[in-house]
Amino acid sequence: MAELSKLTQYIESFVDVSSTPSQQATSLEAITSLAKNNVLTIETLVREMGMYLTITDNIIRGRGILLLGELLACLASKPLDGATIHSLIAFFTGRLADWKALRGALVGCLALMRRKTNGGTISQSDAKSVAQSYFQNLQVQSLGQHDRKLSFELLVCLLEHYPDAVVSLGDDLVYGICEAIDGEKDPHCLMLTFHIVELVAKLFPDPTGTLASSSSDLFEFLGCYFPIHFTHGKEEDVNVRRNDLSQELMRAFSSTPLFEPFAIPLLLEKLSSSLPLAKIDSLKYLSDCTVKYGADRMKKHSEAIWSSVKEIIFTSIGQPTLSINTESLNSPSFQEKEITTEALRLLQKMVLESNGLFLTLIVNDEDIKDIFNILNIYTCYNDFPLQSRQRLNAVGHILYKSANASVASCNHVFESFFPRLLDFMGISVDQYHNNKISPSRSLNFGALYLCIELLAACRDLIASSDEHTCSVKEKSYCMLQTFSCSIFQLLSFTFSGIVKKDLHDAEFYCAVMGLRNLSTFPVGSSPVSRVIFEDILLEFMSFITVNFKFGSLWDHALKALQHIGSFVDKYHGSVELQSYMHIVVEKIASMFSPHDEGLPLMLKLEMAFDIGRTGRSYMLKLVRGIEEAIFFQLSEVYVYGNSKSVEILLSLLDCYSTKILPWFDETGDFEEVILRFALNIWDQIEKCFTFSTLMNKVLLDATMMALKLSVRSCSKESQNIIIQKAFNVLLTSNFSPLKVALSTTIPIQMEGLQLLQQKDNPLSRDEWILSLFASAIIALRPEIHVPDVRLIMHLLMLSIIRGCVPAAQALGSMINKLSMKSDKVEVSSYVSLEEAIDIIFKTEFRCFHNESTGDGSEMFLTDLCSSIEESSLLQVHAVVGLSWIGKGLLLCGHKKVRDITMVFLQCLVSKSRTDASPLQEFILEKENETNLNFAVMKGAADAFHILMSDSEACLNGKFHAIVRPLYKQRFFSTMMPIFQTLVTKSDTSLSRYMLYQAFAHVISDAPLTAIVSDAKKLIPMLLDGLLTLSVNIINKDVVYSLLLVVSGILMDRNGQEAVTENARKIVDCLAGLTDFSHMMLVRETAIQCLVAVSELPHARIYPMRRQVLHAISKALDDPKRAVREEAVRCRQAWASIASSLHF
Amino acid sequence: MTLGLINANPVVHAKKERIARSEDFHGDDAVDPLEIYDILFSIDLVPFCLYVLEDSLVFSNFLALSLSLNGDPEHPYSLEQLSVLSEESITVDEKLGRILITFTPTIQHCSMATVIGLCLRVKLKHFFPPHYKVDIKVSPGSHANEDSVNKQLNDKERVAAAMENPNLRQLVDECLYSSEL
Repeated sequence: MAELSKLTQYIESFVDVSSTPSQQATSLEAITSLAKNNVLTIETLVREMGMYLTITDNIIRGRGILLLGELLACLASKPLDGATIHSLIAFFTGRLADWKALRGALVGCLALMRRKTNGGTISQSDAKSVAQSYFQNLQVQSLGQHDRKLSFELLVCLLEHYPDAVVSLGDDLVYGICEAIDGEKDPHCLMLTFHIVELVAKLFPDPTGTLASSSSDLFEFLGCYFPIHFTHGKEEDVNVRRNDLSQELMRAFSSTPLFEPFAIPLLLEKLSSSLPLAKIDSLKYLSDCTVKYGADRMKKHSEAIWSSVKEIIFTSIGQPTLSINTESLNSPSFQEKEITTEALRLLQKMVLESNGLFLTLIVNDEDIKDIFNILNIYTCYNDFPLQSRQRLNAVGHILYKSANASVASCNHVFESFFPRLLDFMGISVDQYHNNKISPSRSLNFGALYLCIELLAACRDLIASSDEHTCSVKEKSYCMLQTFSCSIFQLLSFTFSGIVKKDLHDAEFYCAVMGLRNLSTFPVGSSPVSRVIFEDILLEFMSFITVNFKFGSLWDHALKALQHIGSFVDKYHGSVELQSYMHIVVEKIASMFSPHDEGLPLMLKLEMAFDIGRTGRSYMLKLVRGIEEAIFFQLSEVYVYGNSKSVEILLSLLDCYSTKILPWFDETGDFEEVILRFALNIWDQIEKCFTFSTLMNKVLLDATMMALKLSVRSCSKESQNIIIQKAFNVLLTSNFSPLKVALSTTIPIQMEGLQLLQQKDNPLSRDEWILSLFASAIIALRPEIHVPDVRLIMHLLMLSIIRGCVPAAQALGSMINKLSMKSDKVEVSSYVSLEEAIDIIFKTEFRCFHNESTGDGSEMFLTDLCSSIEESSLLQVHAVVGLSWIGKGLLLCGHKKVRDITMVFLQCLVSKSRTDASPLQEFILEKENETNLNFAVMKGAADAFHILMSDSEACLNGKFHAIVRPLYKQRFFSTMMPIFQTLVTKSDTSLSRYMLYQAFAHVISDAPLTAIVSDAKKLIPMLLDGLLTLSVNIINKDVVYSLLLVVSGILMDRNGQEAVTENARKIVDCLAGLTDFSHMMLVRETAIQCLVAVSELPHARIYPMRRQVLHAISKALDDPKRAVREEAVRCRQAWASIASSLHF
Repeated sequence: MTLGLINANPVVHAKKERIARSEDFHGDDAVDPLEIYDILFSIDLVPFCLYVLEDSLVFSNFLALSLSLNGDPEHPYSLEQLSVLSEESITVDEKLGRILITFTPTIQHCSMATVIGLCLRVKLKHFFPPHYKVDIKVSPGSHANEDSVNKQLNDKERVAAAMENPNLRQLVDECLYSSEL
């Protein structure tokens, strides 16, 4: 009762106009919950509200009634007894007359009428009285938008839920509705009014009844909206679109056949409008009306419709689109296309609905007869004038659509046209059983084109009908069956014709299309016999395997074959599939055998991939063929060192890794094949013991890539199998981990180190195995445990010192992925990340120069890098190895990466201490390029590039690396202060030069936002770096990337302040770079940057004007055109800074 | 004064299809006629017409072409379409740094020939370093006062003097930059 006592308060708060909408909503909610919990009955509420419902103040009364109405809307599911409902509806019905407080009454009526049957509904008589009151009292068009919408909703509700009650109103209803909806403009309300018309029309289906007399009035209201012209912008009325309105209006148009005398003439008139949208709409409406109005009513319009449809198709259609290539060139615009499609749809509907009448019109049409007459005049494609080609295409489409409409129409069209077309093509109709064609006559393009359209129509009709068997007895089917052989023969002549070059390409395309149509009849109900189907495939294959020089024609034939393949693939176990498999797929697969010399390898691969893509079973077979070729050639290379095989292998492997594997990943579920491939690679290498000396690095890279990519797409289980297999093979090599003693020291022979120094050196089997093993490790998932991790790590480290980069990448990947596994320890050989790092950094390398004496020093990997005494190749390799390990650690965010970068920095700084000669001389001396000391420093600088850049080869998302977000930004911001202090402290020009290189690598890969936010400090260093680095040609790429950073800052709005501050320095630097002779892009970008500088505040840059113009005038004479053009733009920009254009 | 157009019906030629240059990153790009042509062909003729209208000097053929023929002063014909200039009429000697341009006024006594020539000269001056020598001539037999026009166009002093004339200067600048501004 406590809550009930607040009722008055709630009511007052709702009724009070001065309270906020949210307050009103909460009080409504409170009352609703009271009523729902049966604390408050409707009677009590009404009694309590009594005064508010009857007071003479319009506003308060309105709010009161609205409260009651909205409350009822909220209580839609609460059961109410009949008496309550009756008295409520009677109240609201009465209130409909109260136009000053109308909204509440509308809401209340709607709420009550929308109630579900289980909660108590209003009676029919009540509904009738609502309707009567509605038509007597409501002046809908004088109401506001929301009230109008509510009134229309009420009307829809009456028509939908109480049809019996309103039908008895008869004429009053229709007139009332006409009055209510007349002149409506709001899109939301229009949606409702169109729906109302549709409902009314359905209520009075009687052609002589109530609606018959008033249908013209009703249609008058509808007709003025057609075609819907929507002027509303996008922001307003987002939920009503032109399309919705148009659809709703269409349904209203076609709701009753009584509209026919008004609608069809209107639509026909609008059909000739110049507005494309009106045309499309008219065509759509006509299609819909044709279906709904029925054949009898449409009969008298068929002629008019046919002539307008014909005209539209003839004018809007383009030329015959035979090949894929020409389509883009002369295809009509999108709207034109839509008009054509809609017109053809209407045509088909008319043919379907009109019981043959429409078809007779088409068959007897003069224009179509004209086209058939010119078929005799023009035989070749080239003879046809442009306009006739267009008309031919139009007739082709018309025939297709009319034949495609139904079985009867198909028969009719075939009977009327097919024999004549055959006759034109030289297939004699009389000699039914001879099937002779007279090859003396040249190919009749027009007849062929139309014939192919008919074929397609018949095929699509059979494909779309449910029971394929029904069409066997049909006439068209029989005709096709009889003549399929001769048509095939005729079409196959084009293959020889095109080879002899006495045919136009278009004719060939047409013939290919015809063969495609012939062979894609639904399996089981095809009029084409199996023999002919196989002949078609053979014909295609013989063309494709021999005439590969025909370019686009070859492509086209291949596409057709592909199409047939994907079609046949749908019928599992069918004879056609077997034939296709046998004739096409197996043939192509066999072409990869080493003795097949027919086609160039690239075309074979293209063909195999294109055909394979269309079906899983095809791909499996074709991949087998390609794999066999790969393994045959591999063994050929391994054993005999056949250099020709290397070339073949390279393209095979390339196709495998760039096309087939991605397709496998996309399609999924090819794991077995991938696993088999990976294992086979290992088998091959295992089997061969004698290795020819000619192994080259390029081939190794390709093989590694293929292996990496296949391992990466395998699941955990398969990866385990592969790595186990790989490990076993590794055991057979000299690098076998068993032979590398498991100790904390690794012996290195200095002499042996020179072996891997050069890239082009032939590789031994052991190195081959090791590299492959490394690439398998790179691609592993983080969950996979590598067998004998400690041994493998030792082995990899040893290989790193020998200069094997893949080993370094593998070790980096291993470390990176170890960071995931910290929580589970099941395997005995399990190594945690910390342990692994310990192994790497605590293993001592024992260097001895001479094995016999055994003397040497012992040092860690990090010491190796920075050993000061003497630079060696060893050191270079150690730096490269360490940088990949560092990258692995950096990606997973391990703090050890700090120590590693410190080692690199040490190399950069300490190495140059002894070097006193000036930088310029040092760099220019050729010998120093190969100087080991220099190489170590260069390696250390490049290490930063490895750390920061995204590598394609390993440690990326593709190879399951663990990448922490924002690692680049973090590394960048820790490194920058260090570089700044080091550069200022650096005592020799060489170390400055090297430090700047490292700095450039870091900054050019860092995210621009991070750089811009720190631009003030960075710009001076950037510019200094540019100046230092630009002296040497080998840095041109680094210079370019630094310059891009500068231009990034210049373009960014947040960098403006820092740029303005340093404008003088920037201009100096950029002006210097405008004649950077080593790289055009640098000059171009520098000039573009100068243009950007010209937008800085006038006062700041005015003093630099002379300097810039001087530099630019030199650039005007640049050997590269692009630079000259930029220079002119720049000159203009800077010249306009001055008061006039004089310069 | 008779109000009439000197050349009410100039012959309008189709725009030639131009083949895009293939990008070549290795060799140097020598200055060739096509490059100069690309620079010059966009010179805008609207300011001529406006100039003629403002000063009510002579009704030139340009007035005819951009107002009566086209009906739309926003899209006048360019030098190319009137065949005042073509790629063939430009010769370049890159080694000596010489450029020779021969243009053809639309009619024999076209009074605007000197202004067109002036525009060509100023525009080229912006695009090439000072050591290039530019010669501009009307093609032989195409103009009534051929010699005097040629002399005027290649006289350094007179060109400099012309450019100091504020009216002329403004006209030339508008022609050159109206498409960019």
